[in-house]
Amino acid sequence: MMKDMMSGFELYQPADVDDAIQLIDRYGNRGWKLAGGYDSLDWFKNRGKGPEAVIDLEGLDALKGIRETTDGVEIGALTTLTEVERSPLLRDRYGLLADAARRVASPQIRNAGTLGGNLSQDTRCWYYRYGVDCYRAGGNTCYAAAPEAMNREHALFGASRCVAVTPSDTAPALVALDAEMVVRNARGERVIPAADFFMEPSVDIQRMTVLDPDDLLTAIRLPASWAGADFYFEKVADRKSWDFALVSVAAAFRTSGAQIDEASIVCGAVQCIPRRLHDVEVLISGRTRNEETAALAGAEAIRGAEPLDYNHFKIPLMENLVKRAVRG
Amino acid sequence: MVGFVKSVRGGDGNDSPKLAPDVPPAAKRPQSVSAETSRYLFAVVRSRYTAYHASSASDGSRDVSEMDSSDSPGTTVAFATTHSSWSRRDFIKGVIASGVSVSGMSYFGAGCTTPLPAQTGGVERLLSLTVNGQVRRVDVLPGETLAMTLRYKLGLTGTKLGCDRGECGACTVLIDDVNYYSCSTLTHRVRDREITTVEGLESPDGTLHPVQQAFVDELGPQCGFCTSGQVMSAVALLRANPNPTRQEAREAMAGNLCRCGAYDHYLNGVMRAVSEA
Repeated sequence: MMKDMMSGFELYQPADVDDAIQLIDRYGNRGWKLAGGYDSLDWFKNRGKGPEAVIDLEGLDALKGIRETTDGVEIGALTTLTEVERSPLLRDRYGLLADAARRVASPQIRNAGTLGGNLSQDTRCWYYRYGVDCYRAGGNTCYAAAPEAMNREHALFGASRCVAVTPSDTAPALVALDAEMVVRNARGERVIPAADFFMEPSVDIQRMTVLDPDDLLTAIRLPASWAGADFYFEKVADRKSWDFALVSVAAAFRTSGAQIDEASIVCGAVQCIPRRLHDVEVLISGRTRNEETAALAGAEAIRGAEPLDYNHFKIPLMENLVKRAVRG
Repeated sequence: MVGFVKSVRGGDGNDSPKLAPDVPPAAKRPQSVSAETSRYLFAVVRSRYTAYHASSASDGSRDVSEMDSSDSPGTTVAFATTHSSWSRRDFIKGVIASGVSVSGMSYFGAGCTTPLPAQTGGVERLLSLTVNGQVRRVDVLPGETLAMTLRYKLGLTGTKLGCDRGECGACTVLIDDVNYYSCSTLTHRVRDREITTVEGLESPDGTLHPVQQAFVDELGPQCGFCTSGQVMSAVALLRANPNPTRQEAREAMAGNLCRCGAYDHYLNGVMRAVSEA
């Protein structure tokens, strides 16, 4: 079913954010916002999506770059992952995000791929990507949870008809850093906490984020609260390069000596949204950062996991990653 | 549908004369190559042919005038037959010279010619690309990728298409000295940028780029299909970081697959290019 040719579309290359918003508003769900293109062009080539108009955001220089603000840092949504990875400011204060960006895909993809695109990309469930009429595609079956399904990449938590997981490496880092998403449309601007940005299938099964077709993600804000904290990021995938996570962990700690004052721990690729481990955070706050606390955190992290036929291995993987994060 | 079922049966040997009317006459079947495509194909073949004969000092002016008289859609065959003075060898040479365009047509005929809505403020199709230091004018569809433009419109087939999904790296080119997958870059995006393909690396006197020479010396290529992409990634690395460690080089080359598994050979090549540059 692989096809290499895209259906025809009208291409717009606005240079101004207001023009882009106007175009996005005009076309609504008949339009498509193109950032780095690695999710978009695959959809077009596979004939999975056939928009009437593509609005190329590449020319919107106002949405690029990393700026210091009074309360932290603001990253334009079109900043490339390479810039995020290499930014001295981010490496210095928000190393968690820089580390996560560094583990995305391959160098060429990071050179073109944007932070906003990495957050907004669609799920990689390969039944869904293949174009079957699953729940997420508007049908009435989940092929990935069927008795004969191959589902080693799929969810441990929060499945609701759909068992797909969040594919983004930067999303867990941003949720852990309590980031905020700045979203604009023709009616104005709104700011959404990262934790509320991602969409669970129980709320709306056909999309991965709260972004409406006429919305444009313009920036990601990192509050100063976690700047310069102790960070831990680890991603496990089948291959070291170019692969989506089987499980990833992004964690931030504030400590006094060996004691954990505050923690923020998020796992990727175990649920449809980045899974914030609130219970673990409460449990380990005030405890000493040692092997015992790590074991406690790991055991708590996997409580309630509901594996599918082929992803049991993700449970000890997740437990060990959380242990390693807490152990430091 | 009924006609379809009948004709399938007919194929199995239960054919009866009654089935014949269900099969559409050949003339009414959809053409696999549109009139527009064949006109374009004809124009390209003609220009290639003209260039070939002009350069081989044959009677080029006569060829051109004769071909002009046969300029109508679907006459690619006619133009071969009107030249009784052509030898079979000349004709084959002409086809080889135009081979790039012909192979391109099989791609573009498949879907890039989907009728587009009337232009309503989108991009202009005719654009100038700076490729390997030369400015090239080219007509580019809105959904055309750089790999397609380079290979099938500019004839730069050193850039390979492997997966066409940004997964293999064979199509890697430099855009302003940074490596990108050209299969996943819209050509309209790179209008004002400097594109470098593997054809643009060697110096005018034919001396290979140090990376190319090092890959030869270290026996990097086996089947060679990934090589131009590997070269471009290595060149991008050396332009950004002329003195990388082996580990840095390994990471920088991580976006190029080699199904022959010659990764260490390529890596040795990168390190040799570093030490010899």
